[in-house]
Amino acid sequence: MSRPEDTLLADVHYDDVEARKYTTSSRIQNIQASMTRRALELLDLKTPSLILDVGCGSGLSGEILSDIPPEEGGPHVWIGMDISPSMLDVALQRDVEGDLFLADIGQGVPFRAGTFDAAISISAIQWLCNAESSETSPQQRLARFFGGLYQSLKRGGRAVCQFYPKNDVQKQMITSAAVKAGFGAGMLEDDPDTKNVKVYLVLTAGQSAVANTKSGDITGVVENMEGVDVVDNRRQGRSSGKGEIKKGSKQWIIKKKEQMERKGKVVKTTSKYTGRKRRIAF
Amino acid sequence: MKLLTLNFLTCAVKTCKSSSDSFPLHPKDAELASDDVEVNPELLVNLLPRLDWKALKTTSAEVFLPSCIYPLGFPQLPDSPPTIEQLQSDDKLLKDLHSLLMETNLMEGKLVCGVCGHEYAVREGIPNFLLPSHLV
Ligand SMILES: C[S@@+](CC[C@H](N)C(=O)[O-])C[C@H]1O[C@@H](n2cnc3c(N)ncnc32)[C@H](O)[C@@H]1O
Ligand SMILES: [Zn+2]
Repeated sequence: MSRPEDTLLADVHYDDVEARKYTTSSRIQNIQASMTRRALELLDLKTPSLILDVGCGSGLSGEILSDIPPEEGGPHVWIGMDISPSMLDVALQRDVEGDLFLADIGQGVPFRAGTFDAAISISAIQWLCNAESSETSPQQRLARFFGGLYQSLKRGGRAVCQFYPKNDVQKQMITSAAVKAGFGAGMLEDDPDTKNVKVYLVLTAGQSAVANTKSGDITGVVENMEGVDVVDNRRQGRSSGKGEIKKGSKQWIIKKKEQMERKGKVVKTTSKYTGRKRRIAF
Repeated sequence: MKLLTLNFLTCAVKTCKSSSDSFPLHPKDAELASDDVEVNPELLVNLLPRLDWKALKTTSAEVFLPSCIYPLGFPQLPDSPPTIEQLQSDDKLLKDLHSLLMETNLMEGKLVCGVCGHEYAVREGIPNFLLPSHLV
């Protein structure tokens, strides 16, 4: 499969002809709609919400958000950002309900802190792995994007980004940029190992009611789902020097126990439960 | 662009990030249009605590005063934000807030940052937030 991301800039690739072709293809319409529904399922929104659609294009993803009936917690209001004037033009002609911005997400997310209940991005962020110009690097652009996304989400808010990584290096590059920005992150793959594989990066911004599971910041949703890899290199990423033992961690407790034992004290035997957080049972 | 969105939008210029005066952006030469949108009380209740009331008052004064829509009975906002209970029990308030936030659209004009003076052009309701790289 050819990847326009590798050779072209997004606003060049999505010109008038391509934007129209893309939007009128019923095959594409169906795929984008089903991925958006999947993303919404992962967001698990209970009430009408304000949602950011990153790389909204001609509105194929956003219009699903406007169409969620009240029984399912909608309809939602969305704001879309896209770098391609042609795609936005098609969105205007289709009279989508969301507000549209001509903007490059690699330059950041210009909304005040805590604006959005949630964010989605469908088939867009792999474009960030290519520098738009010689003045910036993909790392820099990813950092601006995830940094801006993190602060524009309300605390406990989630973002789900479906994207098409070229390879594991890109997957890793994107995930680690999200984690560095402060997100709890999980990766979900539908139809893994097929040519229809769909990759979803599920992110939580700060604490939420469901986020209190064993890694402390990952969404309960992701963790309990089949086929989900919890990515939590945050802790390793943040701690300074190697071999440092964090106070309260299992390692730390074991070390303390050894010290106590050496002093002749009686200590509980170490088990797989040692150092685990006790959760309140309801 | 809905006036709702203006209540959340900030200047994108790097040096303005830390300055509170880069919000709200100020509409200039604004052309407005009104849209019919179904009232969604739950959405407004969800958004109310997040609205910046002072900015909303500033914005509505800036967009309506120069135009002729304002004197024709356009909703006067109360000075302080209503509570959720007040919003839920006051139908007129709910409708007013709905028509202001959800139905009033900025179609043409500019959005100007009060700190750096950058002007974001708005065409057909779409603001252009692409920045030259030295401002990012
Ligand atoms: C495959 S389309 C998906 C559009 C829409 N989300 C959908 O589901 O149909 C990818 C979109 O990402 C946009 N995009 C790529 N790079 C971008 C960037 N740096 N900033 C904003 N949008 C970008 C493209 O212009 C394009 O409209
Ligand atoms: Zn500014």
